[in-house]
Formats: sequence, C-alpha cells, structure tokens
Amino acid sequence: MSEFFAMGGYAGFIWPSYAVAFGVMAGLLLWAWRTARQGEAEVEHLRAVGLDPRRRQDAGVDVP
Amino acid sequence: MHRFANPTRFLRLANALLPWLAAAAVLLLGSGLWLGLLRSPADYQQGETVRIMYVHVPAAWMAMAGYTTLALSSLAFLVWKHPLADLAARAASPIGASFTAIALVTGALWGQPMWGTWWVWDARLTSVLVLLFLYLGHMALTNAFDDPERGGRAGAVLALVGVVNLPIIKFSVDWWNTLHQPASVLRLGGSTIDPAMMKPLFLMAGGYLAVFGVALILRIRALYAERRLRQLRLSLTDA
Repeated sequence: MSEFFAMGGYAGFIWPSYAVAFGVMAGLLLWAWRTARQGEAEVEHLRAVGLDPRRRQDAGVDVP
Repeated sequence: MHRFANPTRFLRLANALLPWLAAAAVLLLGSGLWLGLLRSPADYQQGETVRIMYVHVPAAWMAMAGYTTLALSSLAFLVWKHPLADLAARAASPIGASFTAIALVTGALWGQPMWGTWWVWDARLTSVLVLLFLYLGHMALTNAFDDPERGGRAGAVLALVGVVNLPIIKFSVDWWNTLHQPASVLRLGGSTIDPAMMKPLFLMAGGYLAVFGVALILRIRALYAERRLRQLRLSLTDA
C-alpha cells in the first residue's frame, strides 16, 4: 500500500498532478453549476415579480 | 443546424443530455483512474511518472477542443449573428482556459523529474502558454463592452485570429527542436503507444470530454439566464 503511494519515489510529482487536474475540473463544474442555478432562480423571481405591478417596487425594481 | 439555434429548444435537448454526460464523466474518470493508477505498467524510460500522462495529455486535447469550440461558435456568430453562438463562445473560453491551465501545471510537474526543469521556452510550451493568454484575452474582451453584441463581435474576431495558433501547437514538436516529445497517439502512420497505456488514456480523455460537455451546457444556461435577466430588467423599467 505505501509502495503504491510512494510511486517509485515520484509521489511528489504524480499526486499533485492528479490533485490539480481533478481540483480544477471540480472547481469549474461547481462554478458552472452555481452560476446557472443562481441566474435561473433570479430570472424566475423577476418574472414572478414582473407580472404583479404592486410587487415591483417591493422587489426594488426601478419603476419610473 | 438552425433548428437547434433556438435557445429554448437547444436547452431542452442539452438538459436531457446533462445527466447522461455527468454519469459518463463519473464512469469514465473512475475506470480511467483505476486502470491508470493501478492496472497499467510503469514506463521503461520514465518509470512511474508516465502516469502523469493520463491527466496531462487529455487536458491538452481539451485545451485544443475548447479553442475549436470557441472558434466555430465565433464564426457562426459572425456569419449568422445568432445569440446562442455568442453564448457558446463565451461559455467555451473559461472552460478551455481551465484545461489549458491543467495541461501547463501537470506538464511542469512532469517536466521537473524527466527533463530536470519545470519550464522551458520551447515551441510547444510557449504556444500553449499563448493559448492560455488567448482564452484570457477573449474573456476580458467580451466583457469589456456595455453592449453585449459589440463585446461578442470583438471577442469573435479575436478568437478567429487566434486560430493560427492551433496548427502551431499541434506541429510545434515537428517544426522545431522541442524538449517536449513528439506526438505518439494522434500521428500519421499510427499510434506508437502501448495498448496497456492507451486504454486508461482514452478512458480519461472520454471523461475529460464529458466534463467539458457538462461545464459547457451549464455555462450556456448561466449566460442565457444573465441575458434574459438583462432583458427583463429593461422591460420592467420601460413598463
């Protein structure tokens, strides 16, 4: 087992490579997922508010 | 093609595809890791460090695929002026930049033990660094305008000019004397890599591609929501 983690003495290069690759991909997916979800929730919210003029001002939408 | 240029129709199709892509990513990366770390041999020259190949080479492929996506979307946007192509281009550049960054960092981590240096200004490494700057420049330029239409056009022109870098990257190892090794998988005359290493490499590449697809769909959704939010705000203030 410890032989596996030692990677023939190259553990210090191999494991960081895998960590960077999977870390960056996980971060990318998390960011993409969160921005999509937040944006879509905001659209839904604004649409619901937009249909009801009385709620527009409460929601902080500028109505001239 | 134009049938799918309708955002609603595109998103319906993309969302149906999303869970399958996510499952494919988990399965392919999982089996790629299993074979790459546990069931494939060490290299006769490079020893265990050859395992860095399984995370490095697919990242470099995706860096190129990302730029191809960016360039084709940019071309479609300039020709047909379709907003979905603009969104696809904007979605592609941070994803391509992420994979380029992975390729550069894992390449340095491979270069140090095998070449004795983290970095060298040879043609392959330098042209990939230029690719990263093209992605970052595209991201900055598209967001530098108040009018998204103008930002999209400027970004599309930059993306198309940058296409010249793709053949330079691919053939840099043949045209110049690079420290970086020449192609061993995608080359004329067939692959020279051992099947025991080819299998985990292709599994990882498939997994990376699925990650690319999931990220692309999610980012297009995010950008589409952003665009609609802008329109909704405008229509509400006009009312």
